[in-house]
Amino acid sequence: MPEPRKAKLAVWKFASCDGCQLSLLDCEDELLELAGAVEIAHFLEASRATVRGPYDLSLVEGSITNSHDAERIQKIRRQSKSLVTIGACATAGGIQALRNFAKVDDFIATVYAHPTYIEALAKSTPIHDHVRVDFELRGCPIDRRQLLEVLGAFLNGRRPNIPAYSECFECKRRGTVCVMVARGTPCLGPVTQAGCGNLCPPHQRGCYGCFGPMETPNTASLSGWFGSAGADQAKIRDLYRSFNAAAAPFRRESERHD
Amino acid sequence: MTKSKTRTIKVGALARVEGEGALYVRIRGQEVTDVQFQIYEPPRFFEALLQGRMFAEAPDITARICGICPIAYMMGASHAMEDALRIEVTGVLRDLRRLIYCGEWIESHVLHAAMLHAPDFLGMQDAFEIARGHPDVVTKALSLKKLGNEILEAVGGRAVHPVNLKVGGFYKAPSRTAIRALVEPLKEAVDSALYLTRAFAAFDFPDYNYDYQFVSMRHPDEYAIHEGRIISSHGLDIPPSAFLEHFREEHVKHSTALQGMTTDGERYLVGPLARYSNNFDQLSDLAKEAARDAGLGPVCTNPFQSIVVRMVEVLYACQEALRLAEAYEEPDASCVEVVAGAGEGHGCTEAPRGICYHTYRLDDDGRILGATIIPPTSQNQRQIENDVLGVVQANMDMADSDLQWRCEQTIRNYDPCISCSTHFLNLTVDRA
Ligand code: SF4
Repeated sequence: MPEPRKAKLAVWKFASCDGCQLSLLDCEDELLELAGAVEIAHFLEASRATVRGPYDLSLVEGSITNSHDAERIQKIRRQSKSLVTIGACATAGGIQALRNFAKVDDFIATVYAHPTYIEALAKSTPIHDHVRVDFELRGCPIDRRQLLEVLGAFLNGRRPNIPAYSECFECKRRGTVCVMVARGTPCLGPVTQAGCGNLCPPHQRGCYGCFGPMETPNTASLSGWFGSAGADQAKIRDLYRSFNAAAAPFRRESERHD
Repeated sequence: MTKSKTRTIKVGALARVEGEGALYVRIRGQEVTDVQFQIYEPPRFFEALLQGRMFAEAPDITARICGICPIAYMMGASHAMEDALRIEVTGVLRDLRRLIYCGEWIESHVLHAAMLHAPDFLGMQDAFEIARGHPDVVTKALSLKKLGNEILEAVGGRAVHPVNLKVGGFYKAPSRTAIRALVEPLKEAVDSALYLTRAFAAFDFPDYNYDYQFVSMRHPDEYAIHEGRIISSHGLDIPPSAFLEHFREEHVKHSTALQGMTTDGERYLVGPLARYSNNFDQLSDLAKEAARDAGLGPVCTNPFQSIVVRMVEVLYACQEALRLAEAYEEPDASCVEVVAGAGEGHGCTEAPRGICYHTYRLDDDGRILGATIIPPTSQNQRQIENDVLGVVQANMDMADSDLQWRCEQTIRNYDPCISCSTHFLNLTVDRA
């Protein structure tokens, strides 16, 4: 009997730091098994061998920042049965979306001597602004256990089991002492989606929002708290304006403090 | 081959590197007329987006330049800020920094040597193919890489973009138990590193040597990783603050990464080969012996042997991490107190791929007025192009597909981190 056909997995990179695709190679205990279970059809960071599409599952890292990439993502979507974005760059535009709040020409001139050599779009945008996305995995970087869950789900045709509650809830669940209550440290936990594994508050620092806004976050109320704890407008603005700066709820809240 | 015949070799995108880029080589008759290591990964404008941010945010923001070597950025930025604000991080906190940096060297070097570079020497497409024939090598490499990540997690809270580092030290000092738990695995890791050093030393290395200008850091008391002066094999010896007086960057059309050179316009090499050759005397006895057994002298001028040099450095980093973990006692304070203010500061550390320089200017509130970051791959670009030129010239008779692969391998000798330097790798060999 012929073996059942292995699912074809592809990994694509746009503007990013490679950290999210590295999280796949960081699954040291599962990597070889995974490589046996699927056909790694396109994963340039790991292999020279590439196989033509169509692909069963495409993982997309990075944001769209130039016209060439805006076309490339269309082609990838057409070749992919399912497309999952991995990480804040792909789901929200990433740290490079700070350019969305400035003039991109000024940015280019700050870094490069010959601005005319550089082609860049005015904004860094998430993949879902350009094509249909089947699932968005949050994080800067993504969490590798969540990545394995998403891979397992898509390869078996089920919905991934990724919680949508807040990081604040995660602290309560784990019994982590609240850094806002105990130390007055500003923390984005109440408005940030959980998933990192509860990292910052146990290290006695406030959550810095690398998993992006949870569903319907009450940012205004949280900012009020920051204000009464002594944070000035610029500080409040900057808290929301980092790796998920362009995600709508964080963008709107940061603009309220501009 | 007649002189007028045109040969073009193209590869869509170079694999097994971090980020995306291209190479263009043109050959006319028996002469290479053009080599361009093209980097066109879309720029992310870090130096611009740092302007106006608080000094304390620089480590977390610059970490996102590169997911493979975030510590290099976090620590370079921290040192530069500490220099600007005139504080010093010493004692246990300094040791913890060296420990987490060892973790990054182990994770990054093993990923590159075993997973990205080794397949070239075996004529294989990837490490998954190696795993089928030599499962031992790949499983040992994976467990070493995992340990590197575990060090990052124990000290930094996360392997990619750790959360526990800050200007002045750490948010929370790791517990003694968490650090001591690394001791036994590190003892085993020393053996695995030796095993892999020997395995890779048995490869066939293309015969190519070059009289490089090696630039690295040097510290009076230790094999330099996170602190020291900047020295070169040509007699340079300067503090990091003088970096921009001796090196500059140029913006060329075929690269979104600025190309580094000395102020006299000379190319130079940074990274494992430079560190090893400049600081061999400071390696541990075991690392020196492993290097000698692997056929290396105290200076290594064959870039293809960089895979062995990386493993010697992994061996050293495992021993060093072991020493630091065994000695670790929890400090009284997790960081030195930092007061925001105006200043200008410089920081330079040995990222896995070579020296990475940062400088910042701060206003009275501690907000960033200006930032310059010079990552290792930008500095190596010219030398990479020159090596490709030399390798092509020495191998004119190779078939196109073999020559193309050899060029790719030559680029991978540098473990180029194109995300760091900005950037897309395409390979074209055009023979006219
Ligand atoms: S989301 Fe963060 S970790 Fe992932 S690629 Fe973007 S910058 Fe890197």
